[in-house]
Amino acid sequence: MNADPAAVREGTHFMNGDAAACEGALAAGARFAAGYPITPSTEIVERFASRVPEVGGLFIQMEDELAASIAIQGMVWAGAKSFTVTSGPGFSLMMEHIGYAAMTETPCVFMDVQRGGPSTGLPTLPAQGDMMQARFGSHGDYQVIALCPNSPQECFELSVKSFNLAERYRLPVMLMMDECVGHMTEKVVVPAAEKIYVEPRRRTAKAPGDYRAYECGPDLVPEMAHAGEGHHLYVTGLTHDKRGYPVMNPATQRELVTRLFDKIKLAKNDLLMVDEDQTEGADVVVVSFGITSRVAERAIQMARAKGMKVGRLRLICVWPFPEDKIAALASRIKAFVVPELNMGQVVLEVERTVAGRCRTISVPHPGGTVHKPEDILAAIERGAR
Amino acid sequence: MSDSDCNLCAIGPANPVESVLRLDRIPTIWCPGCGIGTSVNSFAFALMNSGLDLKKVVIVSGIGCSGRVSGYVDLDAFHTTHGRAIPFATGLKLANPELTVIVYSGDGDLTSIGGNHLIHAARRNVDIKVFCVNNMIYAMTGGQAAATTPGAALSTTTPYGCFEPDLNIPHLVDAAGACYVARWTTYHVKQLERSMGEALKKKGFSFIEILSPCPTYFQRKNNMGDGLAAMEDYKKRSKIRNGAPTGEIAIVPGGDIIVGKFVDRERLDYLALMRQQLGSHYHERGCQTC
Ligand code: SF4
Repeated sequence: MNADPAAVREGTHFMNGDAAACEGALAAGARFAAGYPITPSTEIVERFASRVPEVGGLFIQMEDELAASIAIQGMVWAGAKSFTVTSGPGFSLMMEHIGYAAMTETPCVFMDVQRGGPSTGLPTLPAQGDMMQARFGSHGDYQVIALCPNSPQECFELSVKSFNLAERYRLPVMLMMDECVGHMTEKVVVPAAEKIYVEPRRRTAKAPGDYRAYECGPDLVPEMAHAGEGHHLYVTGLTHDKRGYPVMNPATQRELVTRLFDKIKLAKNDLLMVDEDQTEGADVVVVSFGITSRVAERAIQMARAKGMKVGRLRLICVWPFPEDKIAALASRIKAFVVPELNMGQVVLEVERTVAGRCRTISVPHPGGTVHKPEDILAAIERGAR
Repeated sequence: MSDSDCNLCAIGPANPVESVLRLDRIPTIWCPGCGIGTSVNSFAFALMNSGLDLKKVVIVSGIGCSGRVSGYVDLDAFHTTHGRAIPFATGLKLANPELTVIVYSGDGDLTSIGGNHLIHAARRNVDIKVFCVNNMIYAMTGGQAAATTPGAALSTTTPYGCFEPDLNIPHLVDAAGACYVARWTTYHVKQLERSMGEALKKKGFSFIEILSPCPTYFQRKNNMGDGLAAMEDYKKRSKIRNGAPTGEIAIVPGGDIIVGKFVDRERLDYLALMRQQLGSHYHERGCQTC
């Protein structure tokens, strides 16, 4: 299915990442959103509130992030595509409902424009400190998808992709932006609606009575029905059986939680989204994501100018973590260098996956600004030794 | 004892509300003498007599004993997180205005952890119906004090008696702008049924408080006897005062329980106000890509 032309502002624009993420949501078919104001994410829904009446949707500003993050799920079960946007403190408040979306398999999108933390931290300055929270922040075991754009253009493209993946795998998708990418203004090319792929909802064709809400085929993703269609849905955050009914026993828990994991394991090739350059024959590979990848690029160029063999592995999809890719490189290189705007989060996954086959060098940064390329260069030089 | 031996739980084929219950989910988890099931009986009759296409009626609840209602009524049902039934219901209603959306949950869920949402849904006048079972205690978690625990009542977390003043819920939602506000007890099954029927038809945020005994915790802790004793207490203490100012109907231990319909006003609901305000900025267009 392609995008609705009425919602797509085709053309070449000069806009910031927040605006581009909003345009992506509209292109992807989001007609409803709920939010609560928080810097530096609010521009996304400010634009949505202004744009969406043109296509018959609405934005509702809720009383807090708890409300916003569950209102969007009500919208989804009513048949809409919906999302919310936030930053650190609000993201913390949304955690319970990220778990609810994972458990009830509600396709929805959470956009987190990351700022410095912990707590109120640095409201107007960048960080990438919510990466582990995006993966593990809600209680219990579940899987999510998290995408990290590094430019306004990618904010548009990955916003569309976030909605598409949420629909394909029926889970919450995190669009993990950061203050730099959100507020950076660059050229954004919005293609014609017929060039934008939009994943349709996996609606069931089964008749009421035949349909069981959590029964699924080989890809382990159940078909969806909406409220008001006569299916007598029962949707709960409790551990549930294939009908959706609560069942409190270890066997049902095992079957459900394992499936929530396995549906993502089965999708790992589809979800391998990396930007890779000159890793063949490299001594050092720099692993980065979001705004940090653009600073890292400078460091990579400086190192190459000095004659070092340096590859780039930019993670576009950070969760699920591209384990196979990292593992394959680990046995061929001397070191991974992992700069990120946090005290070392994604590097833990690199280290775990490498399992001692090469060195892993963290380049932490508490946020507030971006790395100095020289600091990343110094780490590359250490790794190349 | 197998389920079929349990004559307390057996629902015979002649039960008149069977058509709106999920019989495959019965017996319920509720204790003998609990008022929640009684309220569901009134609700079931209200649904059956409403004339609504039940395919388009949705029930949403939060967490707690009353939060389990959504699982026993044969409607599209959403059992959400603790306190958040109202914002979920808000999303449902706004994205599909054809639905009649009912929130059925308890006092702790709706007025304490979810109190903020209650206020703002009433203020916005989202067209949802909120049926709040008030048993004056956190029952599911074992009898802790709630924002609705009156006087010096005992609970597991107020072993020397509660000393926080309790909330007058109808007064709160009235002040926030609710279109319809009523209170009944589970003794008033007919009045409750009628009131629920009115709320189902009413356009705008509608709220019914249902005082309901919890013999297992509230009644027992406070030496108030069983479920039947609670009915006798409700019968003795209740005074029907339709239109009573909600500021005057706080629950006082041992005092009169004022019940009735207190508020029935007309006010444009959220979507109507939105359409009015947006005028020609709003372009009707069904979702092309859902
Ligand atoms: S604990 Fe109280 S409220 Fe809960 S089911 Fe038992 S009697 Fe009812």
